Amino acid sequence: MPYALCFLLFMIGLYCAVVKKNMVKIVIGIMIMEYAVNLMLVMLGYHFGGVMPIVERDQMISADGQIAASFISASVDPLPQALVLTAIVISLGSLALLISICIRTYERYGTFDITDIRRLKG
Amino acid sequence: MSIPLPVFIAIPLTTAFFMPICGKKLKPLATLLANLATLSLLVMAVSVIGQSDVYKIGKWPIPLGINLVLDGLSGLVLLVISVVSFAAMLFSVRYMEQYTAKPKFLCLFLLMVAGMNGVVLSGDIFNLYVFLEIASIASYALVGFGCGHEELEASFKYMVLGSIASSFILFGVALVYGNTGNLNMAYVARAIQSTGLNKGLTFALGLFIVGFGLKAALVPFHAWLPDAHPSAPAPISAMLSGVLIKTLGVYALSRMIFNVFGVSTQIAWVLVVLALLSMIAGAFLAIGQWDIKRLMAYSSISQIGYVVLGIGLGAVILAKDGNLAWASLAILGGLFHLANHSVYKALLFLTSGSVQMSTGTREMRQMGGLAEKLPVTRAACTLASASIVGIPPFSGFWSKLILVIAAVQAGFIWLAAVIILVSLLTLIMYLKVQRYVFLGQLPENLAGIKEHKGSMLVAMVFLACLCVLMGLLVIVPDLKAGILDPAVKALTDGVSYSVKVLSM
Repeated sequence: MPYALCFLLFMIGLYCAVVKKNMVKIVIGIMIMEYAVNLMLVMLGYHFGGVMPIVERDQMISADGQIAASFISASVDPLPQALVLTAIVISLGSLALLISICIRTYERYGTFDITDIRRLKG
Repeated sequence: MSIPLPVFIAIPLTTAFFMPICGKKLKPLATLLANLATLSLLVMAVSVIGQSDVYKIGKWPIPLGINLVLDGLSGLVLLVISVVSFAAMLFSVRYMEQYTAKPKFLCLFLLMVAGMNGVVLSGDIFNLYVFLEIASIASYALVGFGCGHEELEASFKYMVLGSIASSFILFGVALVYGNTGNLNMAYVARAIQSTGLNKGLTFALGLFIVGFGLKAALVPFHAWLPDAHPSAPAPISAMLSGVLIKTLGVYALSRMIFNVFGVSTQIAWVLVVLALLSMIAGAFLAIGQWDIKRLMAYSSISQIGYVVLGIGLGAVILAKDGNLAWASLAILGGLFHLANHSVYKALLFLTSGSVQMSTGTREMRQMGGLAEKLPVTRAACTLASASIVGIPPFSGFWSKLILVIAAVQAGFIWLAAVIILVSLLTLIMYLKVQRYVFLGQLPENLAGIKEHKGSMLVAMVFLACLCVLMGLLVIVPDLKAGILDPAVKALTDGVSYSVKVLSM
């Protein structure tokens, strides 16, 4: 169910990016898509009642240093969080570039409406 | 001695970060450093060709850490990237003097090369996504480098579609991780082999086809290319059309389909249909263009169709459990066309840059009779046109011949007919370029122009020589066995890729 909601959010972003006429709204749509994917990645690793994925001394079974099976089943997956951090940095970079191109385009054309910004065709 | 693989990414990356420091006064030093970087990449790419190697970053064992994989296919694409980036960098020494902020251009150029080398070498899906974004973001900025009306519009359009493609790819990566619990390509391939494709993975494969298809500008997803490629400065058009769409699109797509997910009949036919649409629609749209670079951009869509057709045809034959030799021949045609197209399309864009720099326009109706004024450009353009059309003995002829033979051999006579028909359309569009740009009456306002000498000519002559000599890659058995065969084998091996990577 949460995954379906993520996908819904993704589709809302895609709809916004494809249908809207205002450049800034298109950028917002793209960002909604990326946040939906990030949310999905975080949820892949999480489960209710999870513990942090760091082994402490009392979680080891003392005799042979094995990690308790209960810990393995309870801990959350740390990898998606690392992925999300990377993905957020990347989307920040592309957001900065998108916005700066929007600003330069506004300086040139005096509008954010993409139906008025049509010099290229064919 | 083998070269550690991260060097291919580290050299352009570190050189790129030196560039903005250089500023205005040290511009010659920056140019020299950038050229040395691309030259050293070329030398190293030649030295590793045909080898295979796995590099584990930080010595972490494979599923835990990130690994870089070099096999035949990555070796071939790496070589193509280095050849084109070397020539484009040499060309931009002189060409980019007409823009301000040359060191920033060099910085973005090298970042793009670093990203592409990373995509080619990566053995990890998420790592592939990261490098793909490095290359894409650098290319968005480069398309808008001129900051004019058209450049900004094209850059915005490219960036919106490119970002949507990237989100699709990241969504696919998330689904793959959720369904297999791994990001390493070899482990993912093994997991998919043992469990088969479930719904989530099939959806992920669909997302990858759309995402990489957008990056490769296959026809339903091609809207950004005819705007973005002409608006970029000429060396960047050469890089974008020559290698970027192939590395981020075709290479990544074929790696995913052949080596990670495994070929199936439906997916193979999807590839063939996309390829046919691109070939035919690209060619018809190109003929009507009057902007020289826009015509070449549409012709890129048509030519990328040939590459995907070869690979898709190979996949169709493999999925039907057909003859391995037939499948190899089709894939050989596709990959050889990839290499050829990189060289001659880069050359065509460089000649268009030379014409644009001399005449100050891209509109073919305002040109004419430039053959006497720009003799070297004209010769290079004619050679490249002959190659792209497929006139023997130039390079394009051999790859198209192989594709035709492969199609006939596999029983798809109509595919062979389409290949030849599209070649004729290509002939029409490049005759149009020759007729309106180089022959005919010289307009009065262009009477005083002259050709720009120096590095631009060297770059064009270098690529023109390659256009003539590339045919040797299939004629000489040693060269074929050393360069093309390992690349073909990397794809026909399919999902046993995982066994190979894990054993190294």
